[in-house]
Amino acid sequence: MLSIRNLHATVDGKAILRGLDLEVGAGEVHAIMGPNGSGKSTLAHILAGRDGYEVTAGDVELDGKDLLALSADERAREGVFLAFQYPVEIPGVNNTYFLKAAVNAIRTHRGLPELDAMDFMKLVKEKLAVLHMSDALLKRAVNVGFSGGEKKRNEIFQMALLEPRLAILDETDSGLDIDALKDVAEGVNRLRGPDRAMIVVTHYQRLLDYIVPDRVHVLSGGRIVKSGDRDLALRLEEEGYHWVRDQAAAPA
Amino acid sequence: MSAVAHYVGEFARRRDTLPGAGNAWVDALRGDAIRAFEADGFPSSRAEDWRYTRLGALERKGFRLAEPGAAVDPDALDPLCLPLEAAWRAVFVDGRLAPALSHLPSGGDLRVTPLADALADGDASLGTRLTPGERRPPSAFTRLNTAFMGDGAVVRVEPGHTVERPLHLLFVTASADAGAASHPRLVVEVGAGASLTVLESYAGVGAGGYLTNALTRIVLADGAALEHVKLQSETDDAYHIASVDVRQSASSRYVHRVFQLGARLGRTEYDVALEGEGAQCTLDGLFLVAGRQHSDLRLRIEHESPECRSEQLFKGILDGHSRGVFDGRVRVHPDAQKSDARQTNHNLLLSRDAEVDTKPQLEIYADDVKCSHGATVGQLDDNMLFYLRARGIDGDTARALLTYGFARDVVDRITDDAVRNWVADALFARLPDAKHLRSLVE
Ligand SMILES: Nc1ncnc2c1ncn2[C@@H]1O[C@H](COP(=O)(O)OP(=O)(O)O)[C@@H](O)[C@H]1O
Ligand SMILES: [Mg+2]
Repeated sequence: MLSIRNLHATVDGKAILRGLDLEVGAGEVHAIMGPNGSGKSTLAHILAGRDGYEVTAGDVELDGKDLLALSADERAREGVFLAFQYPVEIPGVNNTYFLKAAVNAIRTHRGLPELDAMDFMKLVKEKLAVLHMSDALLKRAVNVGFSGGEKKRNEIFQMALLEPRLAILDETDSGLDIDALKDVAEGVNRLRGPDRAMIVVTHYQRLLDYIVPDRVHVLSGGRIVKSGDRDLALRLEEEGYHWVRDQAAAPA
Repeated sequence: MSAVAHYVGEFARRRDTLPGAGNAWVDALRGDAIRAFEADGFPSSRAEDWRYTRLGALERKGFRLAEPGAAVDPDALDPLCLPLEAAWRAVFVDGRLAPALSHLPSGGDLRVTPLADALADGDASLGTRLTPGERRPPSAFTRLNTAFMGDGAVVRVEPGHTVERPLHLLFVTASADAGAASHPRLVVEVGAGASLTVLESYAGVGAGGYLTNALTRIVLADGAALEHVKLQSETDDAYHIASVDVRQSASSRYVHRVFQLGARLGRTEYDVALEGEGAQCTLDGLFLVAGRQHSDLRLRIEHESPECRSEQLFKGILDGHSRGVFDGRVRVHPDAQKSDARQTNHNLLLSRDAEVDTKPQLEIYADDVKCSHGATVGQLDDNMLFYLRARGIDGDTARALLTYGFARDVVDRITDDAVRNWVADALFARLPDAKHLRSLVE
């Protein structure tokens, strides 16, 4: 489903990703862990099509399609979804019409009819319930006045609404209390399915107790330096990232 | 022929056909105005008030007083009007009241007298009610208005009455002459403790390229309240110059919202005098310009008595090669203790070629006051744009959403539902790439 080969990327001339390889198959959930500044958000943003990163080598394919050739909104309509590490507040843009615009843009692209106001609200309320969110937020501006936890729930709520093919969660767990973490995990787990892939970027293995990954990768110095199953995450938790970094530095 | 000589000649030709001609006081008012105009001419480009707004093109146009009688298709007026059930309506075509298109109260709390009738019938005391005070010398444009004023309205609410229905005054230029001018004059007097909502709007349905030179005078008695919405939606090749003069007695409340969306050159200036203790004014504004449009909004707010409040929120959206000017001066006089004055001006540049000059000015001569002001100029936020696009919203729609998001608080502050929706529609019609937006926001 997602295939990243030898990805090199720079920001302001500084090399951040240096030959990253990653294959995520349909139906799989992969966790990417790594120390701060290792390039996790950079990878997430490049996959979502944010400007300001220069891909200097490598390629990224989603279902055989060249993802890097598409704009951010085209990628989203193709099914790429990024749950932001820091969701931005957008004053003056009402949540309901933002969500309606997003849902209908994606439905239209998929050849489905636009939802009318009633069906749209029905869908919204159903997904809000999963995340234990109040529909009061629909009247508010996008992310404005949301607490840190509400912003993160809101990202997963949007994901549930838009039903992506490839979801990338960038540290969705950071700053969440245990209840919020469970709600978020529940939202994510409900979306797991045979034709959907997920990349869960996290700093802590705690999230992986609730979202059990098929594979765990360690990103360090802009490359995947180690991959394994869930036990790798537990080991990282115990021994810290120095352990992989030292291993990666040592000649094989 | 010089621009000044053109208007002087035009006046000599038309004076006898103007409303009130033959009434000595009207003739004197007009005669004095044209003589003063002849002596001083148009303001020089060195005048501080005109530094950023050049009049060369306007002067060269040599506008002719619009001939009354152009036919208007009532269907073309429909989108320009508030629904009849929502408001009283006076429609002025090329500066003259069109009774067949209007729907006004007959007697009652609200009296709307066509200005032409008042000039023809009224006594000399009307002259003083029509004319702004001497706080500031009359400008070339107010003089031209006085010399040529054709029609407009004298609006009066009797003390203690609350007028529920808004009054919509629509000024539409329909002339086939692409150099027609109209000089509407409006007087609004709200009696003690009375309240009213007035919508003043301007549009063009004819040849375009015309001039509207409007003058509005507002007097609020003790405890009176007026919500005054102005929608300037002239054609993009028109010229619109307007001046609004407001006098407020004790504890009166003036709430104004201006939407300056049209015209090649649009300028509205405000003189608001908080004369009585505890008077309050709120002035909000939004201008939206593109192409080669130029918008100029100027405020002069005078805190003359203690315990007055003034608040302004002005926003500008500029695209293409447009220019915007905001000049907001608030002066707190020495006796105006416990004044509260706040001003905010935010500008959004949608293009590299657009330019805005913003000049908030606070002059404080009293010591016990609360005053603040701030101005910003910026572009659409890349993080916000990316967030919207990352949800599948195309770039044009994302920009339109953010642009409307920037503007909407000024619209949302309009209290009357019908007026607010109607202004939002006018805004959507002008916002770039807002094709799908209207349906999203409903
Ligand atoms: N816009 C930017 N300009 C310059 N450097 C950046 C920018 N964004 C990220 N970086 C740098 O790239 C590196 C990787 O950052 P990031 O991808 O955010 O790491 P992570 O998400 O793993 O903590 C860091 O050294 C960071 O300082
Ligand atoms: Mg990060």
